[in-house]
Amino acid sequence: MARFVLRRCGLVLPSLLGLLIITFLLIHAVPSDPAAAMAGDAATPEQIARIRAQYGLDQPMWRQFLVYIAKVVQLDFGESAFSHRPVALDIFQRLPATLELTFCSLVLSIGLGVPLGVVSALKHNAWPDYLLRIFSVMGIAVAAFWFAIMLQLLFAMNLAWLPLRGDLSSTMTRPPAITHFLVLDAVLAGRWDVFGDALRHLVLPSITLGLGGLATIVRFTRAGVLDTLQQDFVFYERAMGYRRMRLIWVFILRNSVTATVTQIGLLFGGLIAGAVVVESIFDWPGIGSYTVNAILTGDKQVMLAVTLLVGAIYAGVNILVDVVHGMLDPRLMDRA
Amino acid sequence: MIPALGVKGLKVSIRTDDGVARVLDDVGLTLERGRILGVVGESGCGKSTLIRAIMGILPKGASVEGGEIWFEGENLLAFSEKELNTSVRSSRIGFIPQDPLLSLNPVFKVGAQLLEVMRWHAAGTRRDHIARLVMLLKRLQVPDPENALERYLHQFSGGQRQRLLIAAALSCAPGLVIADEPTTALDVTTQHQILGLLRELVGEFGLSLMFVTHDFGVVAELCDDLCVIYAGQTVEQGTVESVLQAPSHPYTRALLACHPDRATSFVGIPGMVPSPLARPAGCLFAARCADVQVGCLAARPPQGIAPSGAEVRCVQFA
Repeated sequence: MARFVLRRCGLVLPSLLGLLIITFLLIHAVPSDPAAAMAGDAATPEQIARIRAQYGLDQPMWRQFLVYIAKVVQLDFGESAFSHRPVALDIFQRLPATLELTFCSLVLSIGLGVPLGVVSALKHNAWPDYLLRIFSVMGIAVAAFWFAIMLQLLFAMNLAWLPLRGDLSSTMTRPPAITHFLVLDAVLAGRWDVFGDALRHLVLPSITLGLGGLATIVRFTRAGVLDTLQQDFVFYERAMGYRRMRLIWVFILRNSVTATVTQIGLLFGGLIAGAVVVESIFDWPGIGSYTVNAILTGDKQVMLAVTLLVGAIYAGVNILVDVVHGMLDPRLMDRA
Repeated sequence: MIPALGVKGLKVSIRTDDGVARVLDDVGLTLERGRILGVVGESGCGKSTLIRAIMGILPKGASVEGGEIWFEGENLLAFSEKELNTSVRSSRIGFIPQDPLLSLNPVFKVGAQLLEVMRWHAAGTRRDHIARLVMLLKRLQVPDPENALERYLHQFSGGQRQRLLIAAALSCAPGLVIADEPTTALDVTTQHQILGLLRELVGEFGLSLMFVTHDFGVVAELCDDLCVIYAGQTVEQGTVESVLQAPSHPYTRALLACHPDRATSFVGIPGMVPSPLARPAGCLFAARCADVQVGCLAARPPQGIAPSGAEVRCVQFA
């Protein structure tokens, strides 16, 4: 098992290097002069030249890249051209908010998606199945920005059940940032009012972000269970007199979720990409809105760092998916 | 004496997109206690559906349209799904499937799966259950029985897997065991060993065994009685000696003539099995029968007794 994971990690490193090279080239292909942007509109050509020399921007690109790689290995992602704070620190403080959001969406989409998929398969071609299929097509097709605005209009504006935006009401004082996960920090500080308020703020963004994943998981689970139901072992297990609930929720489900687990790994990439949109709409103080700002202001250090981070998270999640596959199906482990 | 299993005039239909398929159309058989009944027929004759009907696990869209299934004097068709699951399957009727690799769940340890069945269907404590499983595996010559329970199915060889599933079928001490071509996937030597073991187990554990196969060679080696099914109908039933020595139904004769041990050249029965969607009015075998007469096409032939003592569905013996 440990060897399996190590080997996967070894395979991930070249992918991340490739990702970094491509991003680096792409960002440098954009015709903008970071030195000029940093110096401001009123800067003289001499000032711009000085900044260029100071940041090594006058060096050839391969040398810039090597310097960058050397820094990245030490987890130094440079500093933001605008806030002049280390990018690593910004990310460290903002990533937890995004992780909180993606985690809630994932829990929502798996916790609802898998049971609904099973129900859809068991009620194959009956009304619950039709209903769920319509729902899942809509869930995949609907645009997140539109859905988010509809949720805001209904639940925040008209019904006023849930907060419109942000991660905490402005009347609340923030608990001390120990983990930077607001919900956790609230628990650690014993601030149950903040805890409840933070959870209420999580609802609408999580639903928006989780909808596509939920719909995908319903469909994949449904297909997996339908496929499993046809298999001989289901007849055998029924003939052996296993309990129906056990048969469905353990034996059949465990054999059906392989595709779903793969899909969850892929979904995670979509969730982080989706966070960019959702965080902008809900004004969520995470990596997504941070990235949008960086792109709008041409902050290259931030763009590079965030791309690498998202790549690393994505790779990490997919290693995890492989491990889960191995645990679900021991035949894979023996082959590996 | 009440037979272990008696099926009378069983009819099962499946609704399909193309119409109603009469998969079983008057199947009858009797399995006396302590005996081994071979059920023989070509692929698609309804053998699997017969097993499913007895176990009460028909596929979607299938239903029993008529007939009776008597199990140790009780009408199985009157049992609810819940009653079957709690008090018949495993505990009173054991099942040995055709392909063990496609039957036991690949992602759970063998022992855990079998012990779970025993928890619901066998008397005694978990310790008793483990002891019984180990005893059975030892009896079935599975090497290192204690460790076998901790392994997964794919870690066993083909013959070992089949032995495991025979142990599984016997784990809750049923009186009747139904086997669905359990030796088809095995090589001849292993098949011979397994058939020998089954024969011994029937005596040792006081079982009645219904053995479904398409292979007359296996029937000759293992069984006491024989039931030949063609196109969802029982066409001949009798003791193995009587039927194999003097096959009476033209289909049985044709089938035996095709058996590689008897046939001098590679021959088959001409024609096709009639589709279950459109069964002819007369004898179902008439279109392929060498001895067909005018009356054969008009109405289904009644059951008669042949000189060999077998029950035969053919106008010659009516």
